[in-house]
Amino acid sequence: MKILVCISHVPDTTSKINFTDGDTKFDTNGVQFVINPNDEFGLTRAMWFKEKQGASVDVINVGGPETEPTLRKALAIGADTAIRVNVEAKDGFQVAKELAKVVQDGGYDLVIAGRESIDYNGGMVPGMLAGLTGANFVNTCISLDVDGTTATATREIDGGKETVKTSLPLVIGGQKGLVEESDLRIPNMRGIMMARKKPLNVVEPSGAETETNAVSFEKPAPKGAVKLVETVDELIDLLHNEAKAI
Amino acid sequence: MNHVFASLEILINMSVLVYTESENGVFKKASLEVASYAKGIADMMGTSVTAVAVNGGDTAPLGTYGVDKVLNIKDAKLDAFNAAAYAKGIAAAAKAEGAQVVVLTQSANAKYLAPLLAVALEAGYASNVVSLPESASPFTVKRTAFTNKAFSHTEITTAIKIVGLGQNAYGLKEASGAAATEDFSPELGDFGVEVQSVDKATDKVSIADAEVVVSAGRGLKGPENWGMIEEMADILGAATACSKPVSDLGWRPHGEHVGQTGKPVASNLYIAIGISGAIQHLAGINSSKVKVVINNDPEAPFFKAADYGIVGDAFEVVPELNEKLRAFKAANS
Repeated sequence: MKILVCISHVPDTTSKINFTDGDTKFDTNGVQFVINPNDEFGLTRAMWFKEKQGASVDVINVGGPETEPTLRKALAIGADTAIRVNVEAKDGFQVAKELAKVVQDGGYDLVIAGRESIDYNGGMVPGMLAGLTGANFVNTCISLDVDGTTATATREIDGGKETVKTSLPLVIGGQKGLVEESDLRIPNMRGIMMARKKPLNVVEPSGAETETNAVSFEKPAPKGAVKLVETVDELIDLLHNEAKAI
Repeated sequence: MNHVFASLEILINMSVLVYTESENGVFKKASLEVASYAKGIADMMGTSVTAVAVNGGDTAPLGTYGVDKVLNIKDAKLDAFNAAAYAKGIAAAAKAEGAQVVVLTQSANAKYLAPLLAVALEAGYASNVVSLPESASPFTVKRTAFTNKAFSHTEITTAIKIVGLGQNAYGLKEASGAAATEDFSPELGDFGVEVQSVDKATDKVSIADAEVVVSAGRGLKGPENWGMIEEMADILGAATACSKPVSDLGWRPHGEHVGQTGKPVASNLYIAIGISGAIQHLAGINSSKVKVVINNDPEAPFFKAADYGIVGDAFEVVPELNEKLRAFKAANS
């Protein structure tokens, strides 16, 4: 089985978010970048397929050279080869279309992407990729098993979960549950050394167009101070009469 | 003059299409909200609203919230949700109606089918939108980004636009009218994915549908202490949720984890008990309108993000609060 894991290069979850150039660009100054958490659960599940079922695992990012340390980290965790499509990621459709070309050229059986990136939160790349390549698609996937060309997956639904059967080729929108938090791997020294020697192939983009354009950004208005109350009676009164919440 | 415009509209056959989800035929509140929102866009554009429903029951509520026409896809094969088939059906409706804008909720199912629909319609898609378009031409919407730490003003540049409206972002707006309902039977294509089993608590409110969410964290000390949290949820008709450490420790199911890597919450009221308020947690619940914190540590970062707070021991405050909420509900319902 040939697996491709899509890796978004995103600000660490604790990052303070600021904008620059008249609020048109994300300010990367002082920001630490990581593998998108939803992608990392998928990458770790892919490692399981590699170790238990002999799958090959490539990782891919659509982005500039600044994303390479994040791809190297994925190699250090255990991926075989990294691919970087050398173009600035501008919107979900453009990224999905660039990925679709690599997926079709590379003949991948299983593509695992995070259900959304924690920066732009578009939540569209995995589904668009499935739509563009004609693969089956399971979103918000919390467990995945593959037997031959048959896949059994569980997805989170509102208020519960659902188990589905499908077949390869398949695209997964993954999240926590594919593996547990405690299963995530911190690259060790040997992995880091090996990652330096693994191939990181830079491919030129196919020139996919965009469908959306993030014109500008804005931070939420600062929050007013909390109203501290002493008694539950006071709280109920405020929630009823002031906040109209109960 | 009005008459001339009316005929022109028919000639160019444009409309706003809204996908209204139903459960056992009953339209969900989120569907009435997106119907209201679609009506708002239709008013901006001088056009009408068509809803597309799958195995929908009584469509009268849709008319009450601004829908002019309902295309009802009736097919027993669609009783179980299938993203590919639903997307294909909605795409066919959009084409039949010449829709320029398609509006969806942000339910798990809507988020699942939206990108497939976008590919089928060659439409740009903006998710997590929080208000009516800022302008119709260029078509620009405000959406949350960076997991609620910011907003993005996003232009959709394609001929057809898909908008995913965040839960509780617009609210319900009644409009007098009646919806004419027609059966609609599009080609559904390959299903590709087959549902084997569904595991869903039918007696509980889901986080996605909840008006009120009661959430608890490590301050509760152990899973055996969740009785009082479930009791509060029961009194308020609320969903229960938890912080990430609590789900990582296995005290509560993963489906209850809210925050950056868990579920987003956009309820009207969010009550956090014994949750310190890590930045990742706050990001996930920021879209909730009113936030209440109960924590014994006055330095807990959650107090800075909350509207109301009680500094106190959850094991004392919560039982008293439950008792008084029960009395309040009895007196006010």
